Formats: sequence, C-alpha cells, structure tokens
Amino acid sequence: MRNALTIARREIGAALASPVAYVLFGAFAFLYGYFFADYLQSFVEAGMRMSQMGGFSGGTLNVNTDLIRWLMASTAILVLFLLPLLSMRTVSEEIRSGTMELLLTAPITDGQIVFGKFLAAFALYGGMLALTGLHLGVLFWFSQPEVAPVLAAYLGLLLLGAGLLALGLFFSSLTRNQIVAGLLTFGALLVLWLVEFAGARGGELGRILAYLSVTGHMEGFASGVITTRDLVFYLSFAAFWLFLARESVRSRRWRG
Amino acid sequence: MEPGHRPLVLVDRVSKRYGRTLAVAELSFGVARGEVLGFLGPNGAGKTTTMRVITGFMPPTEGRVLVGGLDIAEAPLEVRRRIGYLPENPPLYPEMEVSAFLEFAARLRGVPRSRVREAVAGAIERSALGEARDRIIGKLSRGYRQRVGLAQALVHEPDLLVLDEPTAGLDPKQIHETRELIRALAGERTVVLSTHILPEVAVTCDRVVIIAGGRLRAEDTPERLVARLGAARRGRGTWEIETTAPADTAAAALRAVPGVAAVEAGAETTERTLVLQVEATGDREVATDLARAVLGAGAPLYALRRSGASLEDVFLALTTEETEADEVGDADSGNGAGPPGAPEDDS
Repeated sequence: MRNALTIARREIGAALASPVAYVLFGAFAFLYGYFFADYLQSFVEAGMRMSQMGGFSGGTLNVNTDLIRWLMASTAILVLFLLPLLSMRTVSEEIRSGTMELLLTAPITDGQIVFGKFLAAFALYGGMLALTGLHLGVLFWFSQPEVAPVLAAYLGLLLLGAGLLALGLFFSSLTRNQIVAGLLTFGALLVLWLVEFAGARGGELGRILAYLSVTGHMEGFASGVITTRDLVFYLSFAAFWLFLARESVRSRRWRG
Repeated sequence: MEPGHRPLVLVDRVSKRYGRTLAVAELSFGVARGEVLGFLGPNGAGKTTTMRVITGFMPPTEGRVLVGGLDIAEAPLEVRRRIGYLPENPPLYPEMEVSAFLEFAARLRGVPRSRVREAVAGAIERSALGEARDRIIGKLSRGYRQRVGLAQALVHEPDLLVLDEPTAGLDPKQIHETRELIRALAGERTVVLSTHILPEVAVTCDRVVIIAGGRLRAEDTPERLVARLGAARRGRGTWEIETTAPADTAAAALRAVPGVAAVEAGAETTERTLVLQVEATGDREVATDLARAVLGAGAPLYALRRSGASLEDVFLALTTEETEADEVGDADSGNGAGPPGAPEDDS
C-alpha cells in the first residue's frame, strides 16, 4: 500500500503540474454549472406553474426527485465524456518518456503500479466532484433536500468514476500515445453507454446489454436507491479493468 | 571473475527472444563483488537487453540470473531492491524538482521513511548536484540530467549499479566527471556498465565482456585482451614515424630495413610533416633500426611510436565475423569496416 501511495502522490503532483487537470476541472465546472442552472430554472418554472394552478394538478415538487435526481443522472453522462481525459496519460506517458523502466525495475509489484495510478486518478476525480458541492450548497441553503439520497447519488458517481478510470487505465497501458489511449477509452465508453439504448429493445439479449450499460446502473443511485446489483456491477467492472491493466503492464516486460 | 570469489551477479545461459529475433543467445558471465565490469559491443549487440534482464525489467526467455545468490525470477522484489539502474535514456519526470524526484526514487526503492532525506542528500552530494537541487528537471542540461539519473540509481545504496551507456551524449568534461564518479564507486559497489566507447573501458573497467550478435565473444581484463590479440598477430606491429615531407627518401630507407612489410603515408600527413605507417615484424628492437634508417637518409625524426594492438583492434577483431587467418593475413591499415551481422535494435 505504501508503494501504491508513493506512486499516487507523484502522479497527483504531475497532474497538477500539467494544464490537463485544470482544463478538465474547468470544463467540468462549466458544463455542470450549465446543467445545474438549466435544471434549476425548469424546476423553478414548474413550481411557479403549479402554484398558479392552485394545486389543482394534485402533485407537489420535490427537490430530491425532481431536481437532484436528474442533475446527478446528467452528471454521470458528463463524467462519461470527461474521464478519458483524466485516465489517458496515466500509463502512456510513462511508456513514452521511458520512466516506465524506472517503475518496472523498482522493488514494487505491477499491481502496485497500476493501483497507485488508479488511486491518483480517483483522487483527482474526487476533487472534480467536490466542485459540485458548491452548487448543492446553494440548494441546501434555500431548500431542505433529504441528505441520504444525495449521498447515495455521490456514492454512485464515485463508483461509476472508479469503473471508467479503471477502463481508461487499461487502454492507457496499451499504448505510448496518450491521444490514442484517450480515443480508445472514449470509444469503449461510447459502446458501453449505447448498449443501454440497444438493451431497451427488450428480449434476453436486451437484458444482458442493459446490464452492461455503465450509466444504466447509475439511475438507482441518482434517485437515492442503492442496490447490491448496481454495487456489484461497478465494483466488478472496476476490478476487471484493473486486472487487465496489470496484465497489460506485465506483458510489457515480455515485449520489452 | 577471480576464482574463489563468489560472484555478486551470475548470468547463467541467458537467452532472450523477441518474437523470432534472438537478441541474446546463451550468454553466461559473472561479476565479482566490488568490480567494474564493462559491457562492450556494437549497437544492437544485445547490451541493453542483457542489462534489462539483469535489472529484472524483463524475464529471460531461457536461463537465469542470480544476484547475491537470489534468482531474479524467484525473488524479483528482493533482487530489485539491491539494484540501481540507469537506463540509456535517464528515466526522469521533467516537471519535478531534482530533490523531489530523488525523494520519490528513494521511496520507490524502499528506503525507510525516516532515512529518505538522508539518502537524498547523500545521492545529491555524490552526483555533485548540490546547485541543481531545487531546479526543475525539464530545464536541466543534458549533463545534469545524466547526473540526476545517476543519483536516482544510487539513492538507495544498492549493491549493484547497472549503467546503460552512462556517458552517451555528454561533453568531454562531463564524460571525465562521470568516469571519475564511477571509479569512486568501484570497490564499495559493483558496477556493470555498457558502452561502445573503447577508451572508456580501458579507463573505468576492471574487466570486459565483449558481446556481438547477442553472443559472448571475450571476457577478460582490458590489458590481457590486448595482449591476446598482440600474440595472435605474431609480433607484427604498426609504427608511426613523423618526419618532414617529401619523404621518398625516408620511405625508401625504411623499406630497406629487414622485417618491414609496408610503408604508407598516414592520414595525418600535411605539407610540412609526414606521418609514415610502417608495418614491421619483430619486437621493440626494430624501433632502433627504423630510427637509424630515417636519420641515415638525412631526414629529421620528430616522433616514433608504436600503434600496435589496441583495445580497438581487439574489439573489431572480435565483433566482426573475420576468421583468425584473415585477421593475421590482412596487413592493410585503415580497415575501418563496421561490425556486420548484428541487426540494429535501436534501443
């Protein structure tokens, strides 16, 4: 663990010394801010329409189910598009610059190298998500949303991110070119996102495809529901790609 | 290796194959404790591959490597802890400060937390990096980067230092400093260094392993290798004589000396001075005859030196595919044919 943390610390330092992290954080803050403002406006307008109808519609608006839930679901899509930028350089850059030789001849295991890099990317992702606390703070300031569903949604986002980063780490370990790594990751995620729509057609195959959808498992979390099924999906998803990443790093030794 | 000493490193019939290319073939040699071993070979001979196998970067296809009695394949982490490795391109993170990078390297190599600071200070001092301590690696000159590379290999006080072309790309002053540093390390540390620069071996190494085409060609001290080739040439030597041009008379007089096989104007010949390359059999005594011949012809004599078997000759003889008969019979000078065969691996 100490070895993995050594790797992770350097990795975070490197990310914060390069512009990529800041561009990413900036892009996320901008896009999330846009979603937030848009959803909030719709929510407020809907609320005003309801009060004008004098409660005839019979429904009430809930900050959790009618605003935060959709916001979190959209955040998941945002994360899906942005995280390849965070994972693409992790291993590729080390291969390109030759520092992989330093890591592979150090008394640490291949698993520790991969896990250290994963931890670093995950921590940066956590920092990125923390930006959204600002917006939610506004909601908590002017309203009283339930806390538990919000926490569940964040847990979901963290798990989703862990899975995406693990996958990105694997693709990054395949090539010395971080652009190629990013594009491969992006392509893979696109497929794993689109299977949700393919899965919607139903049938046995449809059910399998729907299960494989990376964002599909986010819906429960977004609405505050934590299921074993979703937990298992994300954890095994992350573990699967981390395992492949380790094997890929190991195979680099054979290929030289 | 000296008999009776248990070697620190034992390379035992190691072969390494990349796909269908055989990079290293059944290579065996040992490195004694405290020794500086020069690993010599043309580009693409398998030097880097062998070093990568020794450092545990890659497993051999066949054979095994023992370091301190431990098999790399069985105790990879334990072995890697004892090795400091400087690859051909120093593995540096350009965005880091020198001291921060060395701290990272120390931690990575398993230096206990409480001793990291001390280890870094020691490595900085040894590599003469004091003034660059707080500078960003990416902004350092090539020479300083090489020193940082050396410092990261030293930081955990390894038993064995493996240096892949440690002086490549340095200017003469830096090369000299690097060699001094390596000499200073000898004795307390065991060093394996690769190079294709011949004088480097004679200056820094106790023993030489010459490989070509992934195979072992020779293994001995630099002096004995030179002596061995000298013997193979059966007393034939090349002499350089510096006199004044034109030298038809001097050349004619030299040809008359018994034992002289050929006299040629050397490459350094200018308008006023003339360097004659004289091929002659016989040992040192022939020098007197040569001098007498020049002076007897009425030409001045500025210098007379033997340019016989050098390490360079040994190297060329061993790494080119010539047979012994060709080597002896081939009297012409300036045969600078590069080593053929060995495919370029460019790494």
